[in-house]
Amino acid sequence: MDLILFLAFAAIAVICALSVVLQTHPIASALSLVGVMGALSVLYLLLGAEFIAMVQVIVYAGAVMVLFVFVIMLLNADAESPRSTSAMAKALGLPIFLAFAAVLALAVLRLFPDTPLVRFGEFTGGGPADVGMALFTRYLLPFEVISVLILIAIVGAVVLARKEID
Amino acid sequence: MEFFIVSTIKALLVFFVLMTTLAYLQWVERKVIAHIQLRQGPYRVGPHGLLQPLADVIKLITKEGIVPPHVNKFFYFLAPIIAVSMSLIAISVIPFGGEIEVFGITTHMQLTDLNIGLLLVLALASMGTYGIALAGWASNNKYSLLGGLRSSAQMVSYELPLSLAIASPLLLLNTLSLREMVTQQEGFMLGFLPNWTIFQGPAPQLVGMVLFLIAAFAETNRIPFDLPEAETELVAGFHAEYSSMKFAAFFMAEYSNMLTAAAVTTTVFLGGWLPALPGMAGDLIAPAVFATGGAVCLYHGLNPARKRDKYTLPVFALVFFGLAALFLAPPLKDIAMPLFWFGAKTGALLFVFIWIRGTLPRFRYDQLMGFCWKFLFPVAVLHLLATALLVALAG
Repeated sequence: MDLILFLAFAAIAVICALSVVLQTHPIASALSLVGVMGALSVLYLLLGAEFIAMVQVIVYAGAVMVLFVFVIMLLNADAESPRSTSAMAKALGLPIFLAFAAVLALAVLRLFPDTPLVRFGEFTGGGPADVGMALFTRYLLPFEVISVLILIAIVGAVVLARKEID
Repeated sequence: MEFFIVSTIKALLVFFVLMTTLAYLQWVERKVIAHIQLRQGPYRVGPHGLLQPLADVIKLITKEGIVPPHVNKFFYFLAPIIAVSMSLIAISVIPFGGEIEVFGITTHMQLTDLNIGLLLVLALASMGTYGIALAGWASNNKYSLLGGLRSSAQMVSYELPLSLAIASPLLLLNTLSLREMVTQQEGFMLGFLPNWTIFQGPAPQLVGMVLFLIAAFAETNRIPFDLPEAETELVAGFHAEYSSMKFAAFFMAEYSNMLTAAAVTTTVFLGGWLPALPGMAGDLIAPAVFATGGAVCLYHGLNPARKRDKYTLPVFALVFFGLAALFLAPPLKDIAMPLFWFGAKTGALLFVFIWIRGTLPRFRYDQLMGFCWKFLFPVAVLHLLATALLVALAG
């Protein structure tokens, strides 16, 4: 059962990811990205990380992508016309991509030679309480550093936007 | 197998009750607003317009579905589907009552209890934004586009105070499962004050509930925050190009969102299906309310103001007395009592939604954003910090 679900949602994620690249219209691409995030959150659920799954939907699919869509709509971006690509890109694009994928796969196989398979329902430490405990004990420093980083980003955005207005 | 059958039956039951409630919610809204504005509201179809929702449904189904030639077809059809499905799914985690036994099968009066139930509701609410934003964009109409843009900006902004306001009662309840939340609020303080989060020590959440309700108004696009469909400036906003069932889908989504917001407020802040009064008094309120209704009907039936009242009102009185008897018969009582309390609290909140629509004018767009970022958000943060401090001090 979990294998079927995994394959179904992994397939949806891959198809949506391809669609992000292949669609000509920015809105269609952005919505395909929402599809990728939705499928990923189901995969998180299958792994037993309920909290992460929901946060994925709330933050990425629900907030970040809504802003993306908002900006695309505001700019009133139209469908891109296919540009003429160079002959070299046409000839070498796919082989190089496949070679890169092969290298990645090889690296994963080398680094983790005999990892046991994950089974559905085996891992139960993905609830909100567990994530909270991990964040505020073991990963406290990275957590705080990231929050400072985000604060800097916000202040930076405000400063940049101010210049535009004045 | 038994789990599958029970779940299917429960899902169908909830679906039909939900659909009927949504249809009649619209009737109630029209009636209440009519009376606020000294009108009579729907009156022609059925007694007091009671069959109006049915007529509306038939009208919407049989209307011609016009698809304007300039729309982006795929997204134009996708938008209402997203809007309505996201808002209807949310009802699946709402608990309507505790554990009951029907025909030897023990089950909960709730479709499913997730340990991340509240997060699921928030996630679905944020996904519902796409329905409105896409509808505005795919219609390829500047009024619709403005409506869609307004809605996405508004919903992203108001999600922050919404999440912050609902985070503070979670500090008291220590769980994200909606069923456990209700069981955490059981019991009474000083013998009469229910242990709901709005009264519960060390940090009563009355302010939190008001903040949550204000943000919920914006999330559900209700007056005074219904800028996405402000008819005076935007024709009909994001759904200007939608007709027949596609329009009905948006309509249903709006009412269903309203229902979810009221039900979540009831569950998190007002103790869900738990009674408001302890012991016998709490048990007797429901039959007393219905028996009073029956007595009033019977009195007016015996002193008829119009000819027909002699025959119709005693029938209504019988129905009311029957409902009152339902709350006294032991096996049915366990099912009817939680439903009564849950319905009463949710209904009261829905009435507030409608009442405010009949009272307040619409905000201007810059006022809407200023209110969110300069008032609601800071207050929600302070409230969360104060609650956290009080909970920490109380240990």
